[in-house]
Amino acid sequence: MNSQERSFDTPETDFYDFVYQPQEERLFLNFGPSHPATHGTLRLLLELDGEHIVNCTPEIGYLHHGFEKLGEYRTYNQVVTITDRMNYVSPFNNNLAYILPVEALFGIQVSKRAQYFRIILAELGRIMDHAICIGTHAMDLGAFTALLYFVRERENIYNLFELLTGTRLTVSYARVGGFARDRGIPDTFFPLLQTVLDGLPKAIDEVDKLLSHNSIYLGRTREVGIITPEAAASYGITGPCLRGSGVPFDLRKAAPYSSYEDFDFDIPVGNTGDVWDRYMVRLEEMRQSIRIIQQAVDHFPEGDLYVDSDSKVILPTKNEVYGSIEGLIHQFEIIMLNRGARAVKGEAYIPTEAPNGELGYHVISNEGNGPYRFRVRPPSFYNFQIIPSLLRGRLLPDTVAVLSSLNIIAGELDR
Amino acid sequence: MATNQEIADRLGAQFGARVLVSAAVDGQLLVSTRREEQPALLRFLKEEAGLEFNMIMDLFGVDYLEMGGEERYGVVYNLYSLPHNHRLRVRVWVPENDPRLESAVNLWAAADWAEREVFDMYGITFTGHPNMTRILCPDDFSGFPLRKDFPLQGVGYRENFEKIENPKTQ
Repeated sequence: MNSQERSFDTPETDFYDFVYQPQEERLFLNFGPSHPATHGTLRLLLELDGEHIVNCTPEIGYLHHGFEKLGEYRTYNQVVTITDRMNYVSPFNNNLAYILPVEALFGIQVSKRAQYFRIILAELGRIMDHAICIGTHAMDLGAFTALLYFVRERENIYNLFELLTGTRLTVSYARVGGFARDRGIPDTFFPLLQTVLDGLPKAIDEVDKLLSHNSIYLGRTREVGIITPEAAASYGITGPCLRGSGVPFDLRKAAPYSSYEDFDFDIPVGNTGDVWDRYMVRLEEMRQSIRIIQQAVDHFPEGDLYVDSDSKVILPTKNEVYGSIEGLIHQFEIIMLNRGARAVKGEAYIPTEAPNGELGYHVISNEGNGPYRFRVRPPSFYNFQIIPSLLRGRLLPDTVAVLSSLNIIAGELDR
Repeated sequence: MATNQEIADRLGAQFGARVLVSAAVDGQLLVSTRREEQPALLRFLKEEAGLEFNMIMDLFGVDYLEMGGEERYGVVYNLYSLPHNHRLRVRVWVPENDPRLESAVNLWAAADWAEREVFDMYGITFTGHPNMTRILCPDDFSGFPLRKDFPLQGVGYRENFEKIENPKTQ
């Protein structure tokens, strides 16, 4: 009796007539939407022959919020809070990627000090993202300690963001023309940042020693999920997944934004494009991020963190609001939903190197106080498409290794 | 790396007045064209030596209902060349009464899901696509959410669910 024809309504007597036929046995396994290793709601429909994966069909959309639709009904600064929720592991990188094209539409150039400060926060976001990616990736493969080491460091970075913005996860800190004007940079920020920077290399080295050349870990990750450079280009894969395949494409070098051209850092690349290479690229990028932050702290420029209030895009200081009628009018102009700063008609897209790959917001303006069309280029969406071809013919446990090495963030995947 | 001017010149030599080349606010080239030119233009950009746009970074739709454009919809291809490090955007106008476009899946594999998303959000079908189904919204969803005449609130699929009453509260 064919296993696929057997229904569960079959009487019990027939059930014992069932003959096991391994050649025809195909098991359909739902991996997700709620599975500890998906780290978000996404679903893989796996067709298994024994323990071998014959076919894999990804099914996405479980976390679809309609962010792009929502963004069309918000003002430029209100949209910043939406961008946090896309990739909640590195929220400031999303803020930055959104703010850059909007500032291009407004024709604003922020000061060097603001650009450097944005780089510091964006690189902290990259460290957080890579730390959680490596930590959960190692945890899914059975090495729980790496996550604990990295969560401890992420906690310190969260404390930094909390000191600065008041929130830990969804920071919503960038604004058109600078940052949220709450209280500037607190005096305790840079000393605390320095202690975090001093502690980070130790944690990275510890994980490196524990994990990188561990024979069990090597067995699970070497020659697994190989992405060739050609396939990566065709699938639009960017970020560590592309660099793991040996392509030195990093937008911080290829098209520098926010003064990245001032900094000296290396682009780590892999050789074979397997899971281990992607892990090593991420680990090395964390070290490079520390280098960038250290340079930015050492050469932190003088100047104002915000653009001039006369540009009418950023909130005036409280002194101006309470001390002058112009400041008060200006404050109202920005706060009122039917007023607000209006950009020129046109469209702008500035790609940035987010922890997952190229992240950019395509903002189209129709002379309104908010975007006419607000499109995200989500790295996870394009990185995820290749997964059926990586899993076909592999063993079932490789699913977890490959999936966690691509670092799919469901909020960004489904928007 | 070819400069914007060089790319514009080559496109002008090949297609003449059938494509409109302009610069966007961010300084990138924006090539607008009608959908009759789209297959030849994309193939030219992908395969022509010296241009070789081998990556499609993004593909999305725009509804120009309130903004005004040549046609109601535009589909934007955000192309990048890995060997030459240059970028280009192509906007193809799609008419409202016949929202249909040639698929680019055979040029770039990444266009697969992106075209499904454009179909899901705008109802523009791509001929030649292997699996033209909804990707983010549920399969039984009606309407195309990112069209400008689709409201932000008030239309959903919750009313389709069976309502379960608690007998104890009645």
